[in-house]
Order: sequence, then structure tokens, then C-alpha cells
Amino acid sequence: MDADDRLDRAFVALGDPVRRRIIARLSRGPATVGELAAPFEISLQAVSKHIGVLEHAELVTRTRDAQRRPVHLNPGALEELTAWIDRYRLIHEQRFRALDALLAPSDEGPDAGPVQQQEDRS
Amino acid sequence: MSNDLHVDAPEGLPFIDISREFDAPVHRVFEAHAEPELVAQWMGPRELSMDISEWDFVSGGRWAYVSTAPDGSQFAFRGMFHTVRPDEFTIQTFEFEGYPDVVAIESLTFEDLGGRTRISIHSVYPTVEARDGMVASGMEGGVDVGYQRLDELLA
Repeated sequence: MDADDRLDRAFVALGDPVRRRIIARLSRGPATVGELAAPFEISLQAVSKHIGVLEHAELVTRTRDAQRRPVHLNPGALEELTAWIDRYRLIHEQRFRALDALLAPSDEGPDAGPVQQQEDRS
Repeated sequence: MSNDLHVDAPEGLPFIDISREFDAPVHRVFEAHAEPELVAQWMGPRELSMDISEWDFVSGGRWAYVSTAPDGSQFAFRGMFHTVRPDEFTIQTFEFEGYPDVVAIESLTFEDLGGRTRISIHSVYPTVEARDGMVASGMEGGVDVGYQRLDELLA
């Protein structure tokens, strides 16, 4: 899998709120499937599937030989996700352009109030 | 043309630094951070609705909001304003409830450039892993949408 491919898979994998929460949990230490499933009202199989997607994206690894088979975050993978910073940047870019629009001088002159209401953010 | 956004996440250090200039006087940029009805108009990603339940922009005040995506998924955030000095400087805590107990401390400096304003944000996370994990896992709005917007930005 080349770097672009891996990045795509990682972002698809992180596009799901359950999987993001699993990643968040694993960033505090390894956990078994059962432990990872505990906070969710979905079946163990469903959680297993989510872990499979994360594993496929190389974001997590499972110890093959241990009976507990704890799931570990692959710290290298998150580090390779340099694109998170691009997304972070993107969100701030969007956010600050919306602020630009909000701060833009009113067409109705200085009496129109301190800040113009924004009609459409799209 | 919009003003350049500077984002720096130094390797091996749990910080994120952001700076950006705005073509507006400092009191207006500050006001856009202070008044919740204004904050709601720009701070959330545009495809999410931002429902602010608390926004007490004074030293010791609390803030909390929930972002709702078009698919109904919700992302809750909360924290406190530790220090607020109008038109000048704030320090707040930031917690994404999907990543509980990991609290970032964000300082925000407003710099008066004479009719223009520069804001600088310095975010400090408990660890590098927390920074990367929280940012990666707390990216509300979905990745696909993000890439569409990136295309728009680059178009």
C-alpha cells in the first residue's frame, strides 16, 4: 500500500464516529474488543467490524498470538497522518473566512450596526 | 483574496500554533469571539449547526456547545474561559467530549495592527499523542466534506 492509499484508507476509517471514538480510546492504551465495545450500544460483531476497518487502514494492530488479543493503536500510522494537520488547517481556513464575511463592512453604512448579519455561509 | 492562515504543529511537542490577520479593527474581531450569536455564525464548520448552550466570555466564565452534522451525529465541546482581557488576550480550556478528560489550554492574542487585527492561538495538549489523536478523532464534519471544501479552496 503506498502512502496515498494508506492516507485515503485512514481518512475513510476515521470518517465514522464509532471508529473515531475507538481511536480516541486506544490513544490512552491498548484494549480488548470487549472493552472497546463496552461504551457502545452495538454488537460485539459490529465493533469487531469497525476494528477490522481500522486494522485494514493500518491505524491499529492486534496481537496475533495472545489470547486476549488486545488492540493497539499504531502510533506510527497516526504520525504519518500528516494530513490531519491539513484538515485542521482546512477547518480553520473555513472558519476564518466565515469570520471575514462577518467582519466585512456593511453596505448600509456605518449606522448599520457593528457587525453585519451573514445571510448565507455557502 | 483572503489573508494567509499559518498553522504550525511542531513535531514532538504537544502544541499547535495558528495565526491569521483580519481586515477589521481589534474591537470587532474581539466582539466576534465574545458574543455567542456572532460566534455561532463563524466558528463551527459550515455544514454543521452549532448550538451554544453557554458562552460567558469573561474571566472564570464557562462555555459549551454541540455541533450537529447533517446525518444527525453530534459533537459536544466544553471548557472555561480562564482569563479574558477585552481586545487583548484570552486563555481558555477546550475539551471534546468524544475524547473525555483530555483538555487543551488555548491562549488567544489579539494584536491591534491599526484598523487590522492579527490573532494568534497557541494550543497546548497534555501529550503529543493527545494532540494528534484528539485532532484526528475530533474532526467533526466528516472527511469527505473536508476534501470537497479543500477542492473549493484550491479551485
